[in-house]
This record gives sequence, C-alpha cells and structure tokens, in this order.
Amino acid sequence: MHEPSKEWKKDDASSIKELLGLWLFLLYCLVYIGFITINVVSPKFMAIDVGSFNVAITYGLGLIVLAMVLAFAYNHVSTHAEELLNNNQGRDGETE
Amino acid sequence: MNYIPSPWAIVIFISFVVAVLLISYHFARKTKSASGYFAAGGNIHWSVNGIAFAGDYLSAASFLGICGMIAVSGYDGFLYSIGYLAGWIVALFIVAEPMKRMGKYTFTDALDFKFNSKGIQLVAAISTLLVSLFYLIPQMVGAGSLVTPLLGLPHWAGVVMVGTIVIIIVATAGMTSTTYVQFLKGGLLIIFSMTLVFMVFSRGISTTPDQGGDLEYHKLLSINVVNSTEGAVEIEDKSYKVVEELDGSGSVRFIKMSKGQEETIWRLNEEQGVLEETLVVSELADGTVLYNGGQKEEDKFFQIGHMSEIDGKTDTETATLNVFSFIETIKNGTVIRWSTQVIADNNTKHTIYYQNPTPGKEILSPGLKFKVDSEKGAKTTDKLDFISLMLALFLGTAALPHILIRYYTVPSPACARKSTIVAIAAIGFFYCLTLYLGLGAMVSGVIDMTNNNMSAPLLAKSFGVTIFAVISAIAFATVLGTVSGLIVAASGAVAHDLMDRFLGMNMTDKKKVFAGKMAAVVVGIIAMILGILFKGMNVSFLVGWAFAVAASANLPAIIMILFWKKTTSQGVISSILVGLTSALGLILLSQETFNNVYHLINVTAPVPINNPAIISVPLSFITLVVVSLYTQNRKKPINEPIMSEV
Repeated sequence: MHEPSKEWKKDDASSIKELLGLWLFLLYCLVYIGFITINVVSPKFMAIDVGSFNVAITYGLGLIVLAMVLAFAYNHVSTHAEELLNNNQGRDGETE
Repeated sequence: MNYIPSPWAIVIFISFVVAVLLISYHFARKTKSASGYFAAGGNIHWSVNGIAFAGDYLSAASFLGICGMIAVSGYDGFLYSIGYLAGWIVALFIVAEPMKRMGKYTFTDALDFKFNSKGIQLVAAISTLLVSLFYLIPQMVGAGSLVTPLLGLPHWAGVVMVGTIVIIIVATAGMTSTTYVQFLKGGLLIIFSMTLVFMVFSRGISTTPDQGGDLEYHKLLSINVVNSTEGAVEIEDKSYKVVEELDGSGSVRFIKMSKGQEETIWRLNEEQGVLEETLVVSELADGTVLYNGGQKEEDKFFQIGHMSEIDGKTDTETATLNVFSFIETIKNGTVIRWSTQVIADNNTKHTIYYQNPTPGKEILSPGLKFKVDSEKGAKTTDKLDFISLMLALFLGTAALPHILIRYYTVPSPACARKSTIVAIAAIGFFYCLTLYLGLGAMVSGVIDMTNNNMSAPLLAKSFGVTIFAVISAIAFATVLGTVSGLIVAASGAVAHDLMDRFLGMNMTDKKKVFAGKMAAVVVGIIAMILGILFKGMNVSFLVGWAFAVAASANLPAIIMILFWKKTTSQGVISSILVGLTSALGLILLSQETFNNVYHLINVTAPVPINNPAIISVPLSFITLVVVSLYTQNRKKPINEPIMSEV
C-alpha cells in the first residue's frame, strides 16, 4: 500500500466540510437539473423576457454566479471550521 | 477567407513563445526529483494554482470552441460554458480535498489508495492515457486553426509547432513550468477577453459591419426571379445565365448560374422570389479546393455575420452598448446566420453556406444546434443527446486527469480547496465573457464559415492587428499550456503508474523522471498525428466527447470509493473498463463520427445519440455496484468509506 506524498494532521473539521459539501452539491444539482428539464420540457419558457435578458440567459448566468457564491460560502465556513476545530494542533497543513 | 500574416503579429507571437520557453528553461534547472517533475514539489501557492487551474481548464475548447459555437449557433454554444463551470461544483464539493489526501502524483494513486491493486494501477493508467489523448485532439486542432491566420501557415504546421514546443516544455521541467505557463496564460486570457468585450460594447452593432472601417462591408447580392417552376428558373438580370438546378438539395433549392466564364451557386428563396448569394467551398475530383469559385488567394470567400434588422430598421447602427443593452439589441432584432448544406455535383463536392435570417429571440434561446423543441421536430433521441451532453460536462471536469493532478501541486488539502475556489471565480467570470465574445463575433461580420473556431481571434482582428496578435498569442499559449498539462498527466500514467508501480520496476527518482520525459515525447507525437487527422471539427464538440469518456471511465470509481464502503478493487477495475469501452464505442458508432470523422454522407449510424454519457455513466456505476457486491468475500476489508477517513 502506498502513501500520499505528505502526512496530514488529523482534520477534525472534515466531517463538517463533508456534510456541507454534500448539501451544497445537492442544492446545485437541483438547480442544474431544473435548467436541463426546462430546456427539454418547455423550451419556449426559456424565451420569455426577463428585463433586457430572457429566462435562458438569466438562468444560465445565474448558474455560473450561483457556483461562485456557493464556492465562496463553502470556503468561508470550511476555513472557520478548520480554525476552530483544529486549533489545538495547528491548521490543516496550511503553509501559505 | 485568405489569411495574410502581419509582421507585428508574428513578432508578438514569437515573443510569447520565447517567454514560455524561458520559463521552462528557468524551472528545468530546479527540477531534479520525481516529485518536482510530476507534482511541482507540492509547493505551489494556492492562488497561483487556482489561476493555473483556470489556465488548464480554459483551453482551446473554451476560448476558440465556445466562442465559435455561439457565433454560429447562438445560445446553444453558451450551454457549454454553463456545463463546463457546473463541473467545478463536483470538483470542489466532492473531489478536491479527498483527492489531495489520497494521492501522490497521479489520479491512479488516489484510486489505488486503499487497494494496492495491480489491476487498478493498469486500468486507471490506461484510462488516464486515453482521456488525455481524447482531450489532446481538440487542443491540437485548435492550434492548427490558430496559426493559419496568424502566421499564414497550413493547419498541420500549427499542430507540429505546438507539439514540438510542448514536448520541449514538458520534457525540460514538467509540472513546475507547466504551472507557471498556465498561471501566466490564464491571467492574460481573462484580462484580454474582458478588454475585447469592452471594445465590442464600445463599437456597438451595425447592420453593415465594416470592422471599424478596416474592411468594407460585403453587401449580399440578390437577383429577382421572374418565374420558378420545378426544374426551371427564369431571372430578371440577363447578365446571368441559369445553368442548372443542383440535385439533392432537399427542401432548400440551389441554382447554378454563370456570368462570363464564372460559375456561382445561388439559393432560391421562393418566399421572396429572389436568388440569394451563397458561400461555396468546392472540392474537385483532382483534389483542388475552390472558395466561391476561386483560389483562396483571390479572397472571394468573404467573412460573414451581421444583423439585418435592429429595432425594426434595416440600415442603422447603435451607439455604445453595455451588458444589458447589447443582449437586448440582439433580442429585438434579426441576425443573418448561415446554414450549411453539402451537395455532390458530378465529381465535385460543394459545401454551400446560405443565409438563414433568424429572429434575435431564437438566437438567445436553446434550439439552434441542439434540437429540444418537439414542435420544431425534436425527437426523443435529440433530447436525450442534449441531456447526455449536459451530464458529461457536469461530471467530466472532476474526472479529467490533467485537472486532478493539479491537486498534488499545492501543499495541503485546504490549499487544494482554496485553489479550486479561485479557479471557479476566474473560470466563471471568463465564461460570462464568452457569451458576449461569441455574440459579438456573430454580428460583427468576422466569421470565417470554413473555420468557426477562429471567431474570437477574428473578432479581435476587427479591432486592429495588435489586439489580434495578442489575443492569438494568448490563445496559442492556451493550447500550449493545456497540452503541457495533459502530457504531464499522460507521462505520469506511463512512468509512475505503469512502469514504476504496475510493472514494479522500482525506478530511482532520476530514472522515473527520464521515463516521464520519454513518455511525454511519445504522447506528444501521437497527439500531433491525431490533431492533423481531426482538422475542421469544432473543438468544443470534441471536448464534449473527452468529458464523456472521463465522466464514464473515472468518475464512478472516484465517487464510489469515497462514499460506498462495499466498493472492491474488482468493482473499480470493471467500472473503469466498462465506462471507457462503452463511451468510446458509442462515440465511434455515432452519427457525428460517421459524418465528420469517417466522412460518410447520407449513412445512418447505428447509435442514435452523439454524446454517450447518458448511457455509459450509469452503466459504469451499475457495473461497479454489481461487481463489488459479487466480490465482497474476496475484498480486503474496508470498514468505512474512505471519505470519513480522510
């Protein structure tokens, strides 16, 4: 059995990060599936005007922006969890 | 169109290439160990790695392919941007940190973390090699597309040039130089794409785009038809003579006409009672290719793409636009798109591009490339094809070997996560820009119908040769960087996974690096050959296939190892093999491959969908579950799924 390139200290925040990651992933999946479903089931709905844009562009750009927002939120919570829970043993391999 | 290279463009381009090679030379002196070669020593800062991720990911497919597809198919091209970015959600929330904890140099390391199975080492390495090669094809095609307008060289020369430079980069310094090249290129690509979008906004949209006064607008000709019955067309302009109606044109009728010695092909628009000018590429029996009846140098094959109507007016232009008004202007107008039809005429094959006025509302909605609307004739298989593509894009990112190996270049799992977030921000921003770049090209009279991959660079050219040269050089560096990353991934699979671990050659660090370099040379040469063979296909479409193969072969194994404690090594091996062979098999038997790779016209392919993911991904998951359950008593004990251990 081979080992990874570096040994990591035990990460007490991993279960929180794992759970949060899964929930955010499921949330994004739902929104993404909604996008595909509308495209296939009711493409005309995509052409409805939303201000200067239409549903297709608003939803598409919205998916991109949502990915960014979820990513920042995930990192924010994860970093705090690591700081809080791994405090006694130093942060999880951070060397920035 | 005829491409005339500009000396200024050549100077800027060569400066870029020299800078890239100097970076490689600089890092080559520091790279002695296997860790340094394959994983940049694990010492790259997460912010640099994040932008380098963007550099890796924003390949020729993103910049050239997506922009080109939006330029000819509108919103459907933007679906690639949406899907490509969505894939990073899988990478961030599911794969990033565990991947970093489990692996050393390669994706195979991570899969094999708990099993130490020769079988996994072999099939995962083969999968890495095949996915890398599949991803390399569009990069090489993109490289060939770029050098033609930039340096006036043929397609194959571009492919060979990229291949050679990349082999030098990879064979000298491996992952460290690749990372810094990617960082530089990723950053520049985003900055200059943003600049280009601002220039598009500032110029506005015209019904007669003249490239800022540089190139006179080609006014499309039409001839009034006096009488048109089946097989007989009479026209008003007597300087033209009707030669014949071409056979096999389906619902659209094409008429061959002559004026003096010159023969041209026109589209009969029965509704308006006119013959409309077309663009034609004719391949003669002796191999000669004519563009609108002339040699390429005669420049008869003009650039196209304009709005025929803006706010109800047919001869107008807008003032400076912004992110909202630009879209609104297109939405409320009509765009002249160009459709394609191939017709065999005696021993000549004509590829005819004809005008297809399309309302802006349709341009900005799905359906021009992917059929999704039942009322417009979309069949169930068309819809499945669309779902399949979106599934492949979503699941493929987190399974691409050259993306996965970048997790080993940072010091810790937390840094892996942070670099993924930087990547999502940078890539997401760029993908928003692609919508404007593609639509900008669509209405600026810059599209070369023989090569829509060039739409974004040609859009830049319409603003002057300097920005064109810079954008093209960055696009070329884009290809260089991505190809370098892919070749590092492939060489790691050969030297580390196959030779060192599977064959148990127990090589020294020095020998492993040497083997990696040799593998890089061989993979590079194979990639060059494939890049020449696949000339002319949209690079983003090809990347869709690479994503499907990666998602089918690698992702089920990654996910199940992390989340299902009953996963066995036999299950992983079977899943990779089934995913790989089913995805490749379905692609090779698809209609798109029949038409564009085998060049079989009017032959129905046995597989009705073009993207295999919707079949091959579930098949790979099911195989893993069934085989794992069947081999439970033979597996080594894993008490918990790996996710909770890492």
